[in-house]
Amino acid sequence: MSATILQTEALSIGYTGRQGASRVIAANLHLRLHAGEVVCLLGPNGVGKSTLLRTLVRMQPPLAGRVWLDGADLCTLPPRELARRLSVVLTERIEVGQLSAYALVALGRHPHTDWTGRLSPRDEEVVRWALEAVDAVSLAHRQVHELSDGERQRIMVARALAQEPLLMVLDEPTAFLDLPRRVEMMRLLRRLARETNRALLLSTHDLDLALRSADALWLLAPGGVLHSGAPEDLVLGGAFEATFASDGIAFDRRHGSFQVHPPAQRRANLVGDGLIALWTARALERAGYTVGADHTAPALLVTISDDAGRPCWELGVPGGSSRKVGSLHALTALLRTGHMVVADPAADPKLDRMEERGSQ
Amino acid sequence: MANAVPVSNESAWPRLGLRPLALLAMAGAALGAFLLSLVFGSVRIPPDQVLTILVGGEPLRATWVTIINDFRLPKALTATLAGAALGVSGLQMQTLFRNPLADPFVLGVSSGASLGVALVVLSVGAANTALLAVAGLLGNLSLVVAACLGAGAVLILVLVLAQRVQSSVTLLILGLMIGYLTSAVVSLLLSFSIAERIQAYIAWSFGSFGGVTWSQMRVLAPVVLGGLLLAFILTKALNALLLGETYARSMGLDIRRSRIGIVTSSAVLAGTVTAFCGPIAFLGIAIPHLCRALLRSADHRVLLPACALLGATAALLADLVAQAPGTSVVLPLNAITALIGAPVVVWIILRRGAGRGAFGV
Repeated sequence: MSATILQTEALSIGYTGRQGASRVIAANLHLRLHAGEVVCLLGPNGVGKSTLLRTLVRMQPPLAGRVWLDGADLCTLPPRELARRLSVVLTERIEVGQLSAYALVALGRHPHTDWTGRLSPRDEEVVRWALEAVDAVSLAHRQVHELSDGERQRIMVARALAQEPLLMVLDEPTAFLDLPRRVEMMRLLRRLARETNRALLLSTHDLDLALRSADALWLLAPGGVLHSGAPEDLVLGGAFEATFASDGIAFDRRHGSFQVHPPAQRRANLVGDGLIALWTARALERAGYTVGADHTAPALLVTISDDAGRPCWELGVPGGSSRKVGSLHALTALLRTGHMVVADPAADPKLDRMEERGSQ
Repeated sequence: MANAVPVSNESAWPRLGLRPLALLAMAGAALGAFLLSLVFGSVRIPPDQVLTILVGGEPLRATWVTIINDFRLPKALTATLAGAALGVSGLQMQTLFRNPLADPFVLGVSSGASLGVALVVLSVGAANTALLAVAGLLGNLSLVVAACLGAGAVLILVLVLAQRVQSSVTLLILGLMIGYLTSAVVSLLLSFSIAERIQAYIAWSFGSFGGVTWSQMRVLAPVVLGGLLLAFILTKALNALLLGETYARSMGLDIRRSRIGIVTSSAVLAGTVTAFCGPIAFLGIAIPHLCRALLRSADHRVLLPACALLGATAALLADLVAQAPGTSVVLPLNAITALIGAPVVVWIILRRGAGRGAFGV
């Protein structure tokens, strides 16, 4: 096991109110972060992820317990010493005028320079190394306000890296990025943790990415229960169900993703095969139909056929009319307007296979 | 770092220079403006004679010595100090509050000075003519003392608040409220005062660099230089604050102590200048923007000296125009700084900001 960088001991987090009454968000936390490790903190909104992060970076005091950072008590470290061991990347969008990316990264040397803030050759060397580490050498000359969200986030990571910390804490580093940029960012963070032997703790809502790339997950569940372990352990142990339990949504352990309970289902029988059948089924599911081949119950019948080289769909209801459409868009529109009504069977409690697309 | 890839072209990296050439040019401009303000005035004195007097020689007319030594020199020095103080103070406030509209007056210190002056000028003359004569005898010294007391009282109040409040924005709002309160009291005093006294107060509020005597300079100069020195010591903190207080704290900055230092230096600078010269508007808000645009930098190690030099230059030039050389008319200084300065600043900001839309900024 590699060196422990951060360790909490019976830590309680929360707020102290005006009358001295405290609101405990989570109690008795025993957490560990090791060198070279990427840990993702996940949890539903409002469960106290930010409070935990803020406590671990000393932006707010713990209610009880201790936090050890590299063997030193977090609460008694002088600010400058703390800044040399711990750096942060926040979600807040920084507004700076007339500052180059290079100068921004150089600000990260703050805890290492003397009172004048002058950069020594070694400081400049570290700044350049940080820019190289995040593949942002070509951005060095650019003004910060000209950078895209992804580029800016890389620069902010470089700035945190330039502090040469043992632990970097990132608050939703992938929040404003598109999917390719998110994957890139996670890959970068993993590589940084491995190559520099630092510990990285990040909060995220990106479940899929966290499951695939984190060395360990901290799942903070409502009620202040924290499950920690390898992503796979947590899936097998049912921690995700416990953390994200809520109406209308369920965790699919086989796929490692959440599924949405659809509204009252109607049935459709599909005749056809191949790729067209697959995507027709998807369109039908989106329109609120369960697709099956159960020919006993009354159901909408969809037949895929070929109309002079182009696919077409024939829709029919038992004992009713039949319509022919040339696209799935027309098909779903027809279903939506209610022209093809099938007698509603008893509500089907079975889950839909529709994955939650929101986070993709 | 050992694993750094060797860089083939070393000069490919940007340089974080202190821009010595730009600062030298600014110092030259300030010196030029200083000399100009000695040469031009209501009485025409040839430049060579001015130089003769400066180096201690004998000019053609003895009265010229008095004019230069007792009037133009203290006035030019006052303008230099005041301009530098307001420029630096404005920069500090804009960075501390991360607000481009902040200026030295946001803390309410100048309003405190105005209140002090209003109390002396307006209340003294209300009934008692004997007291009025005393006030006249004391001349502007009593005004300076009153303004210092007013500015000092607000400074202490702001410092007490700065110790307690969590966020600088709260401090900003409190400062603005102090400003409104004091101007309300001033308005009340004005409505109960007689015309001549109101006239005297308004004349003070026009602003002037001309009222400072050599004996007053012994107070003004050390205090302003002390404030500037404190500001220079705090440049590293100002740079860290560029990213906001949360990042600054995460980089090891003691926010509370830095904030108190910055507020003290800024309030002392603005308060002292207001006490001796009246409320000089505009320079404090415009000079920092001008420096950022000219130097294309946000590094306070460059911006701070630049604001001091450019502030001094602007104050000297404004004073020169306000004197309307060759005439005996003296225009209100406050009107001149804004009339000439505002279009210049608008032009520079627009030219620099072209192509930066509302999105993607």
